Amino acid sequence: MSALLDVENLWVKFPSRHGVFDAVRGVSFTLGRERLGIVGESGSGKSMTGRAILRLIRPPGIVEADHIKLDGVNLLDKTEKEMRAVRGQRISMVMQDPKYSLNPVMTIGDQIIEAYRLHNKVSKSAAYKKSLEMLEAVSIRDPERVMRAYPHEMSGGMGQRIMIAMMLIPNPEILIADEPTSALDVSVQRQVLDIMDRLVKERGMGLIFISHDLNLVADFCDRVLIMYAGRIVEVCDADKLHEAKHPYTQGLLNSLPRLDAPRDRLEVLQRDPAWSEAPSVSGRV
Amino acid sequence: MALSEDNHERRPPRAPLSDVVWPVARTTLRTFGSIAVTLLGLLFVTFVIGRVMPIDPVLAIVGERAAQSTYDAVYQQLGLDKPLIVQFLYYIWDVLHLDFGISLLNARPVSEDIARVFPATLELATLGILFGVVLGVPLGVLAAVRKGSWIDQIARVVALVGYSMPIFWLGLMGLLVFYGILGWVGGPGRVGIFYVDVVPSVTGMILIDAALDGNWDVFKDAFSHIILPASLLGYYSLAYISRMTRSFMLEQLSAEYVTTARVKGMSEWDVIWKHAFKNIRVQLITVIALSYAGLLEGSVLTEIIFSWPGIGSYITTALLSADMNAVLGGTVVVGLVFILLNIFSDLLYKVFDPRAK
Repeated sequence: MSALLDVENLWVKFPSRHGVFDAVRGVSFTLGRERLGIVGESGSGKSMTGRAILRLIRPPGIVEADHIKLDGVNLLDKTEKEMRAVRGQRISMVMQDPKYSLNPVMTIGDQIIEAYRLHNKVSKSAAYKKSLEMLEAVSIRDPERVMRAYPHEMSGGMGQRIMIAMMLIPNPEILIADEPTSALDVSVQRQVLDIMDRLVKERGMGLIFISHDLNLVADFCDRVLIMYAGRIVEVCDADKLHEAKHPYTQGLLNSLPRLDAPRDRLEVLQRDPAWSEAPSVSGRV
Repeated sequence: MALSEDNHERRPPRAPLSDVVWPVARTTLRTFGSIAVTLLGLLFVTFVIGRVMPIDPVLAIVGERAAQSTYDAVYQQLGLDKPLIVQFLYYIWDVLHLDFGISLLNARPVSEDIARVFPATLELATLGILFGVVLGVPLGVLAAVRKGSWIDQIARVVALVGYSMPIFWLGLMGLLVFYGILGWVGGPGRVGIFYVDVVPSVTGMILIDAALDGNWDVFKDAFSHIILPASLLGYYSLAYISRMTRSFMLEQLSAEYVTTARVKGMSEWDVIWKHAFKNIRVQLITVIALSYAGLLEGSVLTEIIFSWPGIGSYITTALLSADMNAVLGGTVVVGLVFILLNIFSDLLYKVFDPRAK
């Protein structure tokens, strides 16, 4: 498997009055044409890792790495203008809540057409046609009405499918999905995931799936990185997640209620300060 | 050929005409309804003020030494013997016919006076708000985008000075420097003495009248007179508008859809203007409309310093000489301007914010 993305020793730093805060501390991993899950609790640096790849960390935040290679080309060497050709077209991202990630005052059609025309010099009507096809691909019924609608007229599940359509329309090679189902009702989570999964497979894309939901990741991904305090503490195959060895991963798993093994009290995660000091595990293949 | 037909079919469909006409008609009716109700309230307030003021309108007309019979005759002529509700209806009737009574100061109809002074204020205020918007909005956006940079600091100082410096001081200093010492601008008044009443008054706004007449000498002179007070008023609205723009913009720039736009690969310029700015338009309209209404009320101090014959100084003079007809007439006009601007900004909301529909 050739690596689409190769991240080596990634750091994300935020200088503050009380010294530098390291949100991500020396993370290395590769991504092939696979579904790579990144799990961890709030503040473990998983979202920052996703945004750092797209170089979307805003000042004063700083991204440092030995390299972030996309098809062998280091993204850190690119100018901001060259980076814009990467964003959307080659690496795209779906964010948590479609209520906030879609522009409330633009029609959905305008937003999708815009995403397509930023990277493809085509006429408006051709882009309109392509957008309709894309909406159909994410199982939106009556796409013509949806094109004319505004985001507040959509439900959460529809909004997220629209988001996926918008982010996949320029045909990127990598999709970063940052908690794409956390804001959705459980009943539509599965549906959105299935659509995303199908499109990613059809197109032979690489997917980075960021989530705090261990079971979801175990189900949905091929390989999982477990992050803690800005570092990767464990890497394992998703189907072997439940055999994970690191005490943090085990603690997380034990803190989840299980239908097949009910317990009166769930375990509370006991943190060991040594975890955050242990060097990052490499997620390279 | 088949392909192009397919394209045609898939063009965005239009809503049927009746779907467009009815909501518009309904909105229009509702708008006029709310104008009428608000106006009625305004007239009621001015009417009551007119009745409770301890000024006898009859005495003000006939003078203190008039015979009782003269007094009674005028009393009846003014309709003061009728019940209050009837008087109120008469008052509404008069106002609807733009009859605000006779000014006690110069014995001319108040409506004529207002028709003369209001365009002067309108001209000044419009130029002022243009100045404030054209400079204030980009300054606010820039300050938000480059938060903490030197341009943000400059914007902060500019706004602080605008907030805290009294206009009578800044106005006098402006006159001293730009008129007295440098001689770059015209002095107080609307035009120089040689240009008074040269162009026929059509709109009452000298810049427009001069342009209509094609008399560019008068235009230039009038411009040199208006530029200083207009920039001063503009500066004060700029201070307010730029600060508000900055805070609206900061709120939007941290929103998630801005990240979405960046993820799409958009340039920062487009992210700011095509996405973030579109979302602050509604809030900005309120701020601008209120600033404009404030200016249209007539800034008394500016008008006095620059001998500007506007509605602010007109109402103030009338108030100081107990000319109630003029005061109430002016108040009704100013109130009407406020109502209209509010309605106008409400209508713009609906254009700019799909959620308000």
